[in-house]
Amino acid sequence: MNSLGTYLFVAAVLFSMGLLGVLLRRNLIGMLISVELMLNGANLNFMAFNRFLTPEPAVGQIFTLFVMGLAAAEAAIGLSIILALFRQMRSINVERAQQLRG
Amino acid sequence: MAFWIVVGITMAGAAIAVFARNILYGVLGLAFALAGVAGLYLYLGSFFIAMMQLLIYVGAITIAIVFAIMLSRPLHLEMPKRNMPKVVLGCGASALVFVSLVAVAFKTKWVPAAERGTDWSVETIGHLLLTRYDLVFEVISLVLLVAIIGAILTAGYSRRLSS
Repeated sequence: MNSLGTYLFVAAVLFSMGLLGVLLRRNLIGMLISVELMLNGANLNFMAFNRFLTPEPAVGQIFTLFVMGLAAAEAAIGLSIILALFRQMRSINVERAQQLRG
Repeated sequence: MAFWIVVGITMAGAAIAVFARNILYGVLGLAFALAGVAGLYLYLGSFFIAMMQLLIYVGAITIAIVFAIMLSRPLHLEMPKRNMPKVVLGCGASALVFVSLVAVAFKTKWVPAAERGTDWSVETIGHLLLTRYDLVFEVISLVLLVAIIGAILTAGYSRRLSS
């Protein structure tokens, strides 16, 4: 059970679920949630390779920490953009946001 | 056995996060999936990263998303009809990505490194962060600072413009 393949499979499931959500949802917050899922899939991959393959086990953990920091920045910026868009358009539907095209 | 329960929580949470109609249930599913991933990190032998996952993702990002949902009220009221070909194309694309990822993961012969260190401690992580990965660490702090200022400006200016 505790093998590299299992973790890679779970990470692939998380990543493609997130991709499906980004492609399918019309709600901007829903898309943001799906992006977080994709980032977690990538993180899980890093940690699995770190556990089973790499020569230095600390490096993968540091990578994962960096990805978490970037995800926090991305969530903050994304949420504030969504709030600004909501105030402007009274909606957070992506199809309504096409008006931004001008 | 407990391992499969954690995997099940992760997958079920991801499914709820993607497919729930009500966006609040989606956030709840996201929190479940992230907590499950934290459990997987425990199985991968890193207590520190699991705690960081709980702190940053479950504690901070999920709460921020809930705040944004509550600040913008009538979310799921207007739902125009879905366009069927687009749904089919989206499912097909993500299924394609999934199949190719799994194929790569299981076709490749993964070879462990010849000599593998056993140093998992937090001390080593902190030491490496302040020596070898010094520059990246500082750049991440700068990115976070810029993100905070940018978020305040984006959310604040639009309020001033609209009121």
